[in-house]
Parts: sequence; structure tokens; C-alpha cells
Amino acid sequence: MPELSYREAVRDALSTAMREDEDVFVMGEDIAEMGGSMGVTHGMLEEFGKERVRNTPISEMALAGAAIGAAMQGMRPVAEIMYEDFMTLAAEQVVNQAAKLRYMSGGQLTVPVVFRTQGGAGWSPGAQHAQQLEAWFVHIPGLKVVFASTPEDVRGLLWSSIYDDNPVVFFEHRTLYGIKGEVPEKIEPIPIGKARVHREGEDVTVIATGRLVHESLTAAEEAEKEGISVEVVDPRTLQPLDEEALVGSVKKTNRAVVAHEAVTRMGFGAEVASVLQYQAFDWLDAPIERVGAKFSPLPFAPVMEQFVVPHAEDVLAAIKRTVGRNGN
Amino acid sequence: MAKVEEKKDALRKDELKDVLREMLLIRRFEEKVEERFRAGELPGFLHVAIGQEACAVGVCRALEDGDIIASTHRAHAHTLAKGTHANELMAELYGKTEGCSHGYGGSMHLYDIARGNMGANAVIGGGLPHITGAALAFQMRGEPRVAVAFFGDGATNIGTFHEALNLAQLWQVPAVFVLEDNKWAESTPESQHSPIRDLSERAKAFGMKALKADGQDVEAVYKAARKALDHARSGKGPVFLHLDTVRFSGHYIGDPQVYRPKDEARELRSKRDPIEILRERLEVGDDELAELDAEVTEIVEASVEFAKAGTDPAPDDALKNIYA
Repeated sequence: MPELSYREAVRDALSTAMREDEDVFVMGEDIAEMGGSMGVTHGMLEEFGKERVRNTPISEMALAGAAIGAAMQGMRPVAEIMYEDFMTLAAEQVVNQAAKLRYMSGGQLTVPVVFRTQGGAGWSPGAQHAQQLEAWFVHIPGLKVVFASTPEDVRGLLWSSIYDDNPVVFFEHRTLYGIKGEVPEKIEPIPIGKARVHREGEDVTVIATGRLVHESLTAAEEAEKEGISVEVVDPRTLQPLDEEALVGSVKKTNRAVVAHEAVTRMGFGAEVASVLQYQAFDWLDAPIERVGAKFSPLPFAPVMEQFVVPHAEDVLAAIKRTVGRNGN
Repeated sequence: MAKVEEKKDALRKDELKDVLREMLLIRRFEEKVEERFRAGELPGFLHVAIGQEACAVGVCRALEDGDIIASTHRAHAHTLAKGTHANELMAELYGKTEGCSHGYGGSMHLYDIARGNMGANAVIGGGLPHITGAALAFQMRGEPRVAVAFFGDGATNIGTFHEALNLAQLWQVPAVFVLEDNKWAESTPESQHSPIRDLSERAKAFGMKALKADGQDVEAVYKAARKALDHARSGKGPVFLHLDTVRFSGHYIGDPQVYRPKDEARELRSKRDPIEILRERLEVGDDELAELDAEVTEIVEASVEFAKAGTDPAPDDALKNIYA
């Protein structure tokens, strides 16, 4: 099996779809000559030309809205919103328009558009370049929301998102672009709405997204050394949510930790915790633990940033709390 | 594109008679909507375009098959002019499954995709980027189609307007942006919402070709729209079509219009009614007009009957059509 970085895996999904299908094209700020601010579309201009690797002005409302308009006419555009923070600028078009056009038209319209965006802390950009805003979008009926954490998942899920007939908000994590992983020779679409069990365990289930999947795997290894067997599950798709897989895992382990980089309060993990307590109430042996960022904008100084966002040790502490050990 | 060549730059007299009839139908339809709303039969929030009929009819008559429009919150006239039957529109206003949005949309969300109506929009300027994107799709696929956005003067202050026009001009896509300039953004007069008096200056700032026409003169609207559409279709880039028009009624049905001099609308109606202007030009007498009126009134009355006899959606139909 070939090995690709997360960045290359995103690019491979885009390029393969564009080779096979003229309806697919990418648009966004600085994606052509520069190859995107994260280098994802690097080299694609040379292969596909400026019509299909389309630079846009710094104009999120129009770029999101034009992608929606093209999708309404049967194209399958992938719009890159450079930073998740800038999804707030595109939000009118994503939330009021893309999410609702099919509904308001009584089922006449399909809007097969993907909004790719990325965020994540760990590099001190401060408060406006690293937020994790997935909770904003999972709250909107009509949107699908994907957050992949590995090269294999990001490629297979992006493919499925491009070919989904609904608007998809596709979150990537900045600190994951460089990680490498094996991927199938040919792209294998990963169904939207299927969780992935990264590690099986008996004592605690950690449900994690994005960077926290990797932090949780590290925490699980540490826990193992202390005799705690941890199962790590990545929902991968936040909307629709694979409730069956999450609940099934917790019914087996009887304990749950929910972990994401976004602010804990009102975060995606709150919904997961609610699903678990309602569907697995009689199986739970401990309160569900939540791990996320403190209720603060992201600070600039590295020591403060490090303090605000969660890491493996925070997940480990939460794991220990669920099994009744001192997690300080 | 033989069809394009067939379509003339001006309307023949018999076509103009039909235009008169269509404008009268829209007028009577909207008056009926006001009446039924006041009678408590229509739910929701409704806006009529009484006085602006020539904009909708003049532009939509100029379109070719395959051209599309995006409308506004004041959408009944555009919807009828783009070919949706009065029955389907009225049924939508009554929230029936036979409606053009099957009861999911209402007055501010009227759709008729098969007829090229990409929808009304309850967010000011919300549909403008879609038109730029639709036109981009036409351009990329080499289709000789034009995408047309309607919007009011109030929309020229919102970000989507500026961003959508900028992008359209930058990419030279086949789009026409139709400003229905009725001088009111809801209750706020143009003098309070725009620092410039000639709003087509805004299009010129993007280097976009701008045309102007009297929005109360349907022939002038049609001719200007043909010019704009031909320009866009031939690949020369988008066009801004500035129509000077008049809103005879309030912003919404039931608007007491405390912000507007009491006799202003009456005065404008006596001088700038697009139906009267065309009728005089065509020398349509009282008897002939009464005949036309009876004909369209019958259609409108029938649409109310159709709507009332329509099917209510099941409450849990609300959970359908969220995802494809």
C-alpha cells in the first residue's frame, strides 16, 4: 500500500475526481500558483489549468455563494475556505442558502458542494486563525459535516463528500497535514456516517475527532501501561453521526470520554455525551468525561496556547477519572 | 442558437397586448393576495410588487429558454413572469403541497426549477452569488445561457452584492444583474441608505457595463434587457441593468407606511402606472380593458379556489427534503 501524507491524500482525492469528471473543480483564495495556504492544491494548476483550479479574490461570501450557484446547475465544486475562522464570513451562504435550498424548494434542488476548510491550534497564530468551529455547522439541518483525522480517511471521505448530493462542510486539521499513513492503491470511498475504531479496548471508550484522535491514541498507550484498556473511536462524520457505533462501544466498556480541540462548552462533545447517556444510561459506570479547550479565545503566547487547548495528558487524566483513579 | 436570432429586439403589437394582459394578471393576483392576507387566510410574511410589474415582465419576456433567474423577497411577479401558473403560486401561498415549493417555501421562497426560477430569497442579496456561480457553470460548459439576478436598491449596500458583481466581472461570466430601483429599502429611503444618487455608478466601479431603462415602460425594459442579455450571452461579460421603478404599496402587506408621505403613492400611481402607460400606448379602450380584466380576474379567482381545495402537507412532511 502506498503511503501518503494527509495533505497529499486531500490533493489525491481532488485530482482524481477532476481527472475523471469535468463537473468537479476547485476554487478558493491563493489555491492556484501558490497551491493554497496549506499547500494542498500545489501542482494542480499545472495539471488542470486556471479554469478548474480557480483563484478567487478574498471574498468568502461570493466564493461560497458562487460555488453554491454552480452546484445548483449540476457542477460539483469544491470551495476552499482558507481558515475555519473565515467560515464565519461564508456562513450566510452556507447556513441560510446551501443548507436550506433543497428544503425551501420542496426537494426540487440539489446542492452538491463541498466547503473544505482547516483550523487548529499548535502554531500560535492567535485568536483568528485556528478556531475549531464544527459545532456551529453540526447545528444546521441540511448540512453534512465531516472531520477526518488520517490520510486514508481524509481521502476516502473527501471523495464521498464530492459525490454526495448535499452540501458538505469538510474540516481538516492544520497540524495533521504532514502526518503520513498507508492508503489503498485506488481510492476507496468511505461512507459518510460511519465511525472508525482506531484501537479496541475493554475499560473506557474515548470518542475523539481531528487532532485529538492522535492525542487519544497516545493517551491510550500510556493508560495501557497502567493496566487500563482503552478503545479509541473517531466518528469521522459529525453529521450524520454513527450513534450505533459510539453507543455500541460504550455498552462494551461502560465508560466514556469525549475529546475534541474545540471549546468544551456547547461543543460537539456535549451532543455525543447526551446521545450516550440517553442510549447507554444503564451501561454507564461513571459520568461521561469531556475534554476540550478551555473557554477562551486562542491566545498568542505559546505557553498560553498550550494551556488552553487539550493534549494527550488531558485525555489520560479524563480516562483515569472514569475508572476512579486519581487524574488530578 | 437559431432561437436567439428569431427573437426580436422589440415586441410586436400583438405581443404587447399579451404583455399588457400578463401585467394585469400579476396586478390582480397581488391585489387578491393582499385581500386574502387581510382576510386571515394566508400565513406568513408577504411582499407585493404592485407598480413594479413591467420590470418582471419586460425582463422575463426577453429571456431565452434555458436562461435562469434568481428573485427576491418580493417575488410573486417574477415567479408568474417566469412561467409558473397562478394556481401553483397561490397554492404555495396557502401552504399546500400543490404549491410551487410544495408548501416548504412560502412567499419568500418560491421556486420553479423546471422553469428556470432558482428561487426567491428572504436574505437581501442572498441570491446574487448564486447567479455568478450559475453563470460560471454555463461559461465552463460552453452553454449559451444567461443567469439573471433581480434585487432592489436596498441590496446594493450588502456585501454579497459587491462580492458577486466583482467576481462576475472578474470572470466575465454571462450574468445580468437587474436592479429594481424603487427608492425604498423597506422603510428607509434611498437618501438615507446610499451616499450616491445613481446606483449604476456602483457597477461601473467594477468596470461592468451598465444600462438604464424606465422600469415603468415595459417596452423600454424589454429592449434594454435584450441588449443586456445579448451582451452577456455573446461572452462580452456581465451587465448591470438599472430599472427606475415605483413601489405603489408598502414594504409588506399591512405596512402602515408611516415613513412615507400619504399622497406619494397615489400621485405616482396616477402618473407612472406601467399598466396605464402601456394601455395608452396601445390605445386599448375601456371595453377591451374590461374584457382583459375579466379574463385575468377569472384566472386569479380560480387560483384561490385551486389553492383552497389543495392538500395540506402532513405535519411530519416537515422532516422530508432536508437531505437529498
